[in-house]
Amino acid sequence: MEIQPIMSEDTEKQQAVSPLQHEENQSSVKMSGKNVNVFYGEKQALFDINLDITANSVTSLIGPSGCGKSTFLRCLNRMNDVIDICKVEGDIHLDGEDIYDDHLDVVELRARVGMVFQKPNPFPKSIYDNVAYGPRIHGLVQTEPDLDNLVESSLQKAGLWDEVKNRLQDAGTGLSGGQQQRLCIARAIATKPDVILMDEPCSALDPIATATIEELIDELRANYTIVIVTHSMQQAARVSQRTAFFHLGKVIEEGQTTQIFTNPQNEKTQDYITGRFG
Amino acid sequence: MHVLLDIIQGLIGLLLSPLGIVGLLAILGYYLTLKKARSFYKSNHSGDTKGNENNVHSLPFYSATYVALQVLVPAIVFLIAYNIAAPFIYHSLLSTAYESHLSSLSQFQAKNFIDSAFALTKDNIPAQSSKLITEASVYLGSLMETGHYIKWGGAILLASIVGALAYNRVSPALRARNRVERIVKAGLIICSIIAVLTTIGIVLSLLFESLRFFQKVPINEFLFGMHWSPQTSIRPGQVSAQGAFGAIPLLAGTLLITFIAMLVAGPVGLMSAIFLSEYASPKFRSFAKPVLEVLAGIPTVVYGFFAVLTIAPLIRGWGESIGLTVASESALAAGLVMGIMIIPLVSSLSDDVINAVPQSMRDGSYGLGATKSETIRQVVLPAALPGIVSAMLLAVSRAIGETMIVVMAAGLAANLTINPLEAVTTVTVQIVTLLVGDQEFDSAKTLAAFALGLLLFVITLILNIIALRVVQKYREEYE
Repeated sequence: MEIQPIMSEDTEKQQAVSPLQHEENQSSVKMSGKNVNVFYGEKQALFDINLDITANSVTSLIGPSGCGKSTFLRCLNRMNDVIDICKVEGDIHLDGEDIYDDHLDVVELRARVGMVFQKPNPFPKSIYDNVAYGPRIHGLVQTEPDLDNLVESSLQKAGLWDEVKNRLQDAGTGLSGGQQQRLCIARAIATKPDVILMDEPCSALDPIATATIEELIDELRANYTIVIVTHSMQQAARVSQRTAFFHLGKVIEEGQTTQIFTNPQNEKTQDYITGRFG
Repeated sequence: MHVLLDIIQGLIGLLLSPLGIVGLLAILGYYLTLKKARSFYKSNHSGDTKGNENNVHSLPFYSATYVALQVLVPAIVFLIAYNIAAPFIYHSLLSTAYESHLSSLSQFQAKNFIDSAFALTKDNIPAQSSKLITEASVYLGSLMETGHYIKWGGAILLASIVGALAYNRVSPALRARNRVERIVKAGLIICSIIAVLTTIGIVLSLLFESLRFFQKVPINEFLFGMHWSPQTSIRPGQVSAQGAFGAIPLLAGTLLITFIAMLVAGPVGLMSAIFLSEYASPKFRSFAKPVLEVLAGIPTVVYGFFAVLTIAPLIRGWGESIGLTVASESALAAGLVMGIMIIPLVSSLSDDVINAVPQSMRDGSYGLGATKSETIRQVVLPAALPGIVSAMLLAVSRAIGETMIVVMAAGLAANLTINPLEAVTTVTVQIVTLLVGDQEFDSAKTLAAFALGLLLFVITLILNIIALRVVQKYREEYE
């Protein structure tokens, strides 16, 4: 497995990071960022980020608030395009294709790279229409029964089907917070993405709903590549196979989750995961 | 220089009135109390005295304000009450004094006698003054002089006594802060009661005058009559047409013009709101929004002559060029201009509700690969719909109640038609024409204006209630 040396210009840190290669986990790279710099107006938010996202695994991005992990996540499906003053430099590839290429259709990209947000944001529509939203705008299915099936399978994958199968026409906003978040996951799954980005998906939920979502993430790993931003170190340790630690807009350390949490190579990572700062 | 002197003179006059004296007393009370309260505040508040039995409850400022308010409020209430009651008291005293004389006169003459006495006393107008009237006015003069003393003495005495009592009450334990809060709260309540009572008063006066109208014209004839021509005889006995008071043609005209106005304002206002809130760059928006809102600041009378002088001839010219007969005061011209007038209302209210749709909702849609217009059509607009509906209903209310444009640009003929090229008239136009004239105030023609006003009020009230309900009902659904 190839892991880019981080912070190539910074020799001190380069030494500290030693990407241990676990051959048994070697798998293909789904997405990769090379020398990614992001600016909000004059202010630079990300500095030369080099990070690979492994297919069919969960990669968690951790770090203190304002470290740029959400910004990086939003680069992966070009959600930063929505922000006028935001400028992205560098290369981000999905299956070897440059997603910032002029010929690439951002609509198609976002259908392949779905996103789940920090706060559950179901549309003010019925549960059914929330899930059917993506398939409808992308024309994924041709007939009503097909759409019904897709909605059902998406809700099942999101572990919500049994709770809502008798009230698909009720408002999605009437569900509990945890159910709303699973609805948003079902909504993302319904567009048949390859990658699902999750921006602190459990920060607005109670521990029980969080546990449900975490189990769900673990199940989804079989079919999807997942990138999750989280503030909870325990969550990162529980759900992810790989972890990247961001600090002040740079990736300080990146590697196997078990290795990052049991044997961090960088002092800052050590301090952060033991709760000494952040 | 002259003006300045007048102002100074006025100020001195105000100071030397009972109100001015009471005000001075209040200021005096304030400073005396401040001094007193500070003395024990200092002696008892030095150092850490928390939990001390002798702790001072309120800051000196509150004690002083409390006393000042105690000086002011009862005296002001007394002055208001005096000014309301005094004319009635003079009146009844005068009537009692000249009872023997008045009983010999007719009701009208008696009223005249008393009015003349008042006029002579107040303004020194020697209106057909008989000896008796002059005598009565002298008596009235002495009454008023006594009243004057009562007013001065009462106000000052009341202010001093209540103020002095309050001043004596000032002590470390006095809960002046709480009392001031209570007085402030009472003041706020009184202000809101005044607003509510005024509204109720206006509605009641509309209602009672309308009831008088419905005694002359049956209510079902008014509400369902198909013919409107309020030409009644000006003087009793004059031969003229018996007026017809069917409001349907007026309502139809109002609705036609409102409909045309909404055809303009609805789409244009909503689309420009969508553009401004979703597509426009912040720079363009910061320029375009105020410009659009300037439209709302143009006086309606200006829109009125814009309609008469520009739009109406234009429409007439176009119509005639394609062989249509267009009335010079067509519903179309009035409606179009009214539509332009309410564009800013629709756009600015819609803009607010569209902006209130959480960004997270848009992000959710973009994150699924929706385009901007898909997001707007399928997520933003449905979420903002209740607000947009209520904006439209408020615009309709505004259009229905709008007067000046239609007075100038719409016709007076009460045609029952849905052809926008013909002249129609509206409820508001008829109210204006009914009241501009020299009719007796209790003729059916004049009273009809109140009935129309009531009708208008009920319609807009219902629309506003629906608008509020729509907003309330759907507000819970997102967030």
